[in-house]
Amino acid sequence: MSDTEKNIDKVSGVATTGHEWDGIRELDNPIPRWWVWTFYATIIWSIGYTVAYPAWPLISSATSGLLGYSSRQELTATLDRVAADQADLRAAIGEKPLEEILADETLRRFAASAGAAAFNVNCSQCHGSGAEGSAGYPNLNDDDWLWGGDIEAIYQTIAHGVRFTGDAETRFSEMPPFGDMLSAQETQQIAAYVASLTGDPSDDASATAGAPLFADNCAACHGEDGTGDQTFGAPNLADAIWFYGATEADIAAQIRKPRHGVMPGWQARLGKTTVKQLSVYVHSLGGAE
Amino acid sequence: MKYGTEIVVLALATFAALVAVAMAQDVPFQQHVWILFFVLLGTVIVLMRNTTFAPRQDAAIPLRPHASAYMDGPVRYGTVATMFWGVVGFLVGVVVALQLAYPDLNIEPWFNFGRMRPLHTSAVVFAFGGNALIATSFYVVQRTCRARLFGGNLAWFVFWGYQLFIVMAATGYLLGITQSREYAEPEWYVDLWLTIVWVAYLLVFLGTIVRRKEPHIYVANWFYLSFIVTIAMLHVVNNLAMPVSIFGSKSYSLFSGVQDALTQWWYGHNAVGFFLTAGFLGMMYYFVPKQVNRPVYSYRLSIIHFWALIFLYIWAGPHHLHYTALPDWAQTLGMVFSVMLWMPSWGGMINGLMTLSGAWDKLRTDPIVRMMVLAIAFYGMSTFEGPMMSIKAVNSLSHYTDWTIGHVHSGALGWVGMITFGAVYFMVPKLWGRPRLYSLRLVTWHFWLATLGIVVYAAVMWVSGIQQGLMWREYDDQGFLVYSFAETVAAMYPYYVVRAIGGLLFLSGALVMAYNITMTILGYEREEEPIGGQLASPESVLKPAE
Repeated sequence: MSDTEKNIDKVSGVATTGHEWDGIRELDNPIPRWWVWTFYATIIWSIGYTVAYPAWPLISSATSGLLGYSSRQELTATLDRVAADQADLRAAIGEKPLEEILADETLRRFAASAGAAAFNVNCSQCHGSGAEGSAGYPNLNDDDWLWGGDIEAIYQTIAHGVRFTGDAETRFSEMPPFGDMLSAQETQQIAAYVASLTGDPSDDASATAGAPLFADNCAACHGEDGTGDQTFGAPNLADAIWFYGATEADIAAQIRKPRHGVMPGWQARLGKTTVKQLSVYVHSLGGAE
Repeated sequence: MKYGTEIVVLALATFAALVAVAMAQDVPFQQHVWILFFVLLGTVIVLMRNTTFAPRQDAAIPLRPHASAYMDGPVRYGTVATMFWGVVGFLVGVVVALQLAYPDLNIEPWFNFGRMRPLHTSAVVFAFGGNALIATSFYVVQRTCRARLFGGNLAWFVFWGYQLFIVMAATGYLLGITQSREYAEPEWYVDLWLTIVWVAYLLVFLGTIVRRKEPHIYVANWFYLSFIVTIAMLHVVNNLAMPVSIFGSKSYSLFSGVQDALTQWWYGHNAVGFFLTAGFLGMMYYFVPKQVNRPVYSYRLSIIHFWALIFLYIWAGPHHLHYTALPDWAQTLGMVFSVMLWMPSWGGMINGLMTLSGAWDKLRTDPIVRMMVLAIAFYGMSTFEGPMMSIKAVNSLSHYTDWTIGHVHSGALGWVGMITFGAVYFMVPKLWGRPRLYSLRLVTWHFWLATLGIVVYAAVMWVSGIQQGLMWREYDDQGFLVYSFAETVAAMYPYYVVRAIGGLLFLSGALVMAYNITMTILGYEREEEPIGGQLASPESVLKPAE
């Protein structure tokens, strides 16, 4: 008895195991019941789960479980179901002309949603996830269109791209580098004139001198009034929307050695239906004609 | 000549490193062995100058001579290394957190996120955690076995060899040398070196246990031993690889495809299970009863939860690969073993917390006990969260999101960090023969800074992770995904800023600790009022509540 008494912890009144390591003793408390029962419950649940689902490896395969679950089959079934649900709408979008899709509210909403999803994956990298564009990449929310903003023009641009070598029907134009043809002063004067179309030029005299130079060299594509021409993808210079910078130095740089954006044609990659959906989405952004 | 053999061996190794520089097959390898060469050369020079590493006897505040026959040199060095690498690891953590919020901070090529991130994880897990485990295991095993460390200077080899591993791993990451296995990024030659060091570690630890003068092996040592043995096995199997050249940095794994992924996550999960859980439970089982001066709550529970934990943990890895090419049966097993792991993990929490029964008042007066209790609380929380996140339905939301990052950090900052801080605060005065810490008030500061940091970090990552997961799976009424990936990244910005603040708080706490233990080691004691005010008279303490 004396042994046991010696091994009682005075604070808790519980016996210790009798060992001591560097002053540490261990109480002989039982394992808490709730711990044991919860542990058993997780084990029983686990056994049940492994009976219901694929679990135990055998020699060349594994038990397939009573529910016959397979994540691959589940995925395939989900995709098939969605495809079946959407089949009619997709078929209609594939067949009908774009104007008719726009006129049919059900089709238009479906196409715009599908187009938005495709836009997020394929287009947002350049045009931004809100289609807001950035330097060198057009904003698709405004009403300033390089190649036309009606549904057919948008479709044509997305389907075949701009200056895209992989598509014979791509939109193409190229502004020549005027650095070879114009003097530095003339370039500066044209830049001042272009700046004066939407704001105050740095120097009124230069802008005045630039007007005839603009008429001779630029108006053929950008128009007498500088409002551009969508036939050539020539930007409107009179709307204070700039592609490669708004300062006169930026404009002069663009005159001397123009930069040209390239957009891939998407029809070969995404198919006609998706390109139509993309067109409806871009058209739905607000600035379209 | 002092250290004669060591100098000869190290000089030969230095020469071998130089040969490797000359023979190098690729530039990163060459740069890496240059680093090795200079590290070894520096070591040889230091040894040849015959610098003594024993504490100076004529120091102003000498080490208090104590009767201990234990080999505490490597423990002292390991404690300082723990503190040092801890601060480094937390600092790099703050930097990578800021890099995520402000991408301009990615400095190419050495300091971009891709190279800094493994630097952070390895610095915290292996350098801070590893040194803490090595130092405390050496401290604990000697005292609970009443035996000096086995193998003489082998313990020093383990310490310095491990530091060399850390330096080679860290510099390798920054040079871009990686085998792209999470938490096992070092290439084959660094892995081989760690294997040698680890076997030496096992020998020292096991040899000490064999030489013990106690009839039984204390529970802390079971946990430490399981950690050392299992890490050896995991490390060797996961790093089986064929180098392209013996003088090249690149190697190819013996596994491929989904087998490779499974091997990696068998390793990765058990690095968490045995390095960050079992090892630190060993730490808890010694330092908590010592600090609160109470017996361990239940011996029976410690046996059952130990065996259940180590048996179940090893199977749980596949839960990292839910909804991947991994066969369904393996996913199922990964999930059910994780769920069964819940109670065995909580056994440690119960034993830790209940050890305080009869001494709960110490929470008020002892910030070190407070730290340990918080560690155990975070341990309990993470080991509930883990099994929950392994359930496939939850995982389909949480996987690949910041929720996982939050989960890891509540375990790493809350459990691993806090229990280590508690152990270091406990050991330092004893190791350097000081009557007490420089300042207990600073420990309180550290406690609150760290706690606030963890809470901010974990809470922010829960919100951002769940938001991220919900945005990824958000469908519109027509059945199409709503958000582009870039939008979900942009939405994380405010959380990433706040997360960096949480990390900064945690880092500041560690700096306070570094100051505190430095002053303690130097022998200073801050004049301060005891925490909890003046001790009340015994009558008022014992008076029952009205």
